[in-house]
Amino acid sequence: MAVDTQTVEKLAELARIAISNATIEEVSSRLGDILQLVDQLQAINTDGVIPMAHPLDEVQTLRADAVTETDQRNSFLSLAPQSDEGLYLVPKVID
Amino acid sequence: MHQFTIAEIIRGLRGKEFSSTELTQHLLKRIQQLDSNYNSFITVTEELALNQAKAADERLAAGEAPALCGVPIAHKDIVCTKGIRTSCASKMLDNFIPPYNATIVENLNSAGTVTLGKTNMDEFAMGSSNESSYYGAVKNPWDTNYVPGGSSGGSAAAVAALLVPGATATDTGGSIRQPAALTNTTGLKPTYGRVSRWGIVAYASSLDQAGPIARNAEDVAYLLSAMASHDSKDSTSLDRPQADYTARLNDSVTGLKVGVPKEYFGEGLDGDTAVRVQDALKEFEKLGAELVDISLPHTELAIPAYYVIAPAEASANLSRFDGVRYGHRCEQPSDLRDLYMRSRGEGFGEEVQRRILVGTYALSAGYYDAYYNKAQQVRRLIKQDFMQAFEKVDVIMGPTTPSPAFQLGAKSADPVAMYLEDIYTIATNLAGLPGMSIPCGLVNNMPVGLQITGNYLDEARMLNIAHQYQQVTDWHKASAV
Repeated sequence: MAVDTQTVEKLAELARIAISNATIEEVSSRLGDILQLVDQLQAINTDGVIPMAHPLDEVQTLRADAVTETDQRNSFLSLAPQSDEGLYLVPKVID
Repeated sequence: MHQFTIAEIIRGLRGKEFSSTELTQHLLKRIQQLDSNYNSFITVTEELALNQAKAADERLAAGEAPALCGVPIAHKDIVCTKGIRTSCASKMLDNFIPPYNATIVENLNSAGTVTLGKTNMDEFAMGSSNESSYYGAVKNPWDTNYVPGGSSGGSAAAVAALLVPGATATDTGGSIRQPAALTNTTGLKPTYGRVSRWGIVAYASSLDQAGPIARNAEDVAYLLSAMASHDSKDSTSLDRPQADYTARLNDSVTGLKVGVPKEYFGEGLDGDTAVRVQDALKEFEKLGAELVDISLPHTELAIPAYYVIAPAEASANLSRFDGVRYGHRCEQPSDLRDLYMRSRGEGFGEEVQRRILVGTYALSAGYYDAYYNKAQQVRRLIKQDFMQAFEKVDVIMGPTTPSPAFQLGAKSADPVAMYLEDIYTIATNLAGLPGMSIPCGLVNNMPVGLQITGNYLDEARMLNIAHQYQQVTDWHKASAV
């Protein structure tokens, strides 16, 4: 299945990945190859088959409703490219 | 000393033949001298290793040593290590120093292991050749013009080059077994949920599973016994007690029913590789096992299903890398959108970007049913194939890969050709079953792996079977260096 560059631009926008104009043709072509590979799935009849989410069909376990995590705000904030007074900094969002 | 297996190291340390500090110093020196040939380490943790070795020697002297006290290992650089950079072989995490240890690191630390460093890998574990690392390709110690496989290529190459006796690794579609096969090492991907995923950077959460790579099945059993646990911090972790995977190594395999799937011996399998695998199957017959022809009819759908499910989960998992909280941030973002777009465009390599885009496509409005839902249905059909087979047989055996290692660069321009490398390993992940690869011969002096797939939670029996084979064959002892 061919993927046009417009579709790639839309996907890149949805995925928030900047793709340069120089590589977009190449990316389109590779994505087309991969989608052609996965399109083999369309040939198989799966009527009535329940989609499988967990290999062992296990359910989530519950834990006691008690605080177990300690406050690690400073150690996490220290990883941020920019932070100030306990907050993550990003470019101005609201004028 | 670098030739010692983990079992030999445990005996040697307890018998006071050498100290953990001596062994650690020896291996660190070896890594320093030789690893420029292989590029198997991203980070060497010399100071930490020597401190852990000293502490281990004190515990050994005091007679209070835990199971793996003083045994040097390495961790794949996808496994979070407190205070030590965990890059996932990506520019995105080049500066990421986790404030905590993954559960498997805590487990192995409690067992007394010594961490020599962090091993190279395909970026975010996406690849089958270890060429997509931001830190450069890993070279196969058997011939440095060839790939070691991926994504755990650094762990496999470091073990094969006798730089470390064992290492952690992860396997989402074959990333433990395929590099183990291509480097003549022994690797095991446990049942989904047997080993905690907490603190391991997520690629495709419903498929990811960590396990060990070492030089033989006995050593893998030692490492897995320490790694596997129930972990309330991983909601998919199985609530099963810790187990001693070395306990059944010496059981007999007489009467074992070995399923041989016809789909794994068809078109696409290299002739010489097939011969080595058939020879291994004959060896099992000599040990008293019975070979049973079986069919896994949906085998050819495993790769198409995987390349919907894994990219879909990756596109969701990797959305956390936004240039805000940690990891790479672009210079001078003009606004928040620009910050996201350029940080991710610059931070992720080509293959990672491709998989995120494919996943975004599969999950986008109008395509969800045709791709993601369909793939999850096919996944159940693949699981049912295995369940029907396990009604008749105890384990399934076949080749781990279609051929031995390929040359560096041979498949890097063609992602789909690279994906087909995992044709025999991917179905195991889709079904959540345990799988392992053990050395079973050489073709033109390059290693061939035998894949053993077991039923859920049957790791102890698989290790027993592998160990019995390694008692009567020497392939695992063949050395690259």
